[in-house]
Amino acid sequence: MIYYTEDHEWIEVEDGVGTVGITAYAAEQLGDVVFVEVPESGKVFAKGDEAAVVESVKAASEIYSPVSGEVVEGNEDLPDNPERVSDDPEGDGWFFKLQIEDESELEDLMDAAAYKVFVKGLD
Amino acid sequence: MSGTDENLKRTPLHDLHVALGAKMVPFAGYSMPVQYPAGVLKEHNHTRTAAGLFDVSHMGQARLTGADPAAALETLVPAELRALEPGQQRYTQFTNDAGGILDDLMVTNMGDHLFIVVNAACKDADFAHMQAGLAGRAELEIIDDRALLAIQGPEAGAVMARLAPESAKMTFMTAAMITLGGVACLATRSGYTGEDGFEISIPAGDAERIANLLLAEPEVDPIGLGARDSLRLEAGLCLYGSDIDETTTPVEAALLWSVGKRRREEGGFPGAGVVQRQLAEGVARKRVGIRPEGRAPARAHTEIHADGRKIGEITSGGFGPTIEGPVAMGYVETAYSKVGTEIALIVRGKEIPAKVEKMPFVEQRYFRG
Repeated sequence: MIYYTEDHEWIEVEDGVGTVGITAYAAEQLGDVVFVEVPESGKVFAKGDEAAVVESVKAASEIYSPVSGEVVEGNEDLPDNPERVSDDPEGDGWFFKLQIEDESELEDLMDAAAYKVFVKGLD
Repeated sequence: MSGTDENLKRTPLHDLHVALGAKMVPFAGYSMPVQYPAGVLKEHNHTRTAAGLFDVSHMGQARLTGADPAAALETLVPAELRALEPGQQRYTQFTNDAGGILDDLMVTNMGDHLFIVVNAACKDADFAHMQAGLAGRAELEIIDDRALLAIQGPEAGAVMARLAPESAKMTFMTAAMITLGGVACLATRSGYTGEDGFEISIPAGDAERIANLLLAEPEVDPIGLGARDSLRLEAGLCLYGSDIDETTTPVEAALLWSVGKRRREEGGFPGAGVVQRQLAEGVARKRVGIRPEGRAPARAHTEIHADGRKIGEITSGGFGPTIEGPVAMGYVETAYSKVGTEIALIVRGKEIPAKVEKMPFVEQRYFRG
């Protein structure tokens, strides 16, 4: 199941571990990504904490943790290949994996259909 | 505010930008293309390897006429204009009484008048400043019925030679009337990318047709403001309002090369006393080029530290696609302005090591004949 935030992060949940990235819409808005910073494993985030950084040629943005939890893996290939965020934001361009502390926090997020409607309202 | 806002001004190429799929943004009161579908990186690289077409019609164009418009304009700028031969172009700045910069501009001697190009955001103030300051000595004629296109890049010369053969003999910082698409246009061999190229003043009604003519050439792609900024940053060129403003003098901004030798001695421009004192005694801070280590871009207003304290601030910074890494410029205390000086940049609370570096960051490829 994939959930979405109003800040355009996605989190794909499998066996209590969430993989986090930015949506295709966000990647499109950012333009060419030239720099990313991903968190190291062991970092603990509360829901909404600044968790990673993404910079395009135009601007810097923060990526917030969609839910609370402990980082189990940062995408170590990403800092050397930041263009993956532009090329495949919802696949190879993932930022980190998180051991979710409380899955009930996911209930506040949007599903794919709701996110689609949300994005439509922005244009 | 969206780039298609009704109260934004439009250039004669507005509909073409939209048709080309540009993302339009508000810029200096105009709806302007920040990028086309190719995106900033590809547009930047295309300009460095082939040729890019830029709409810079938002900039202010004017003619200055009178008995001796060069001598008149010299009372407002520090450049040597009286020695400017017909067909020659020069870069200069309007200064204030403190030696600060009100705007930077290009001045071309067209024989019977001076052709002037100023920044879009400053143009109303610049024109008022000239009208007030030059009253009785020169006549300002604002040109609002012409577009301004720039074609920039290593292939720009070949493209222009094909469409307007008479442009081939023009060298960097010269001007000529050329015939492009059957229309008389004023071309200068100059630009804002560090590459060879032209800026072409075109009657507004012919602008879209001529832009399409240029875009039909295989080397030419449309380029937006995003790439224009990364190109000029790599070329070490100042952005008014960021790298230079009313609080920076031409000496601090490392623009002394544009201040005429005679003018340094004689003065006769606003703030000449300040500039002369700075020349004699040195300045407390200087604009320098900066290369951050690693990949993190350091943006404008990033603090520059050395010896455990703040010694300056970044004024422009970002990712340089040609450099394939971050580049920046900013002001540092003069003691830290030597090329190679190790400094630190405070990015998201962390110190990033960086070095003062010579500008331009990329080789200038102007056509000097």
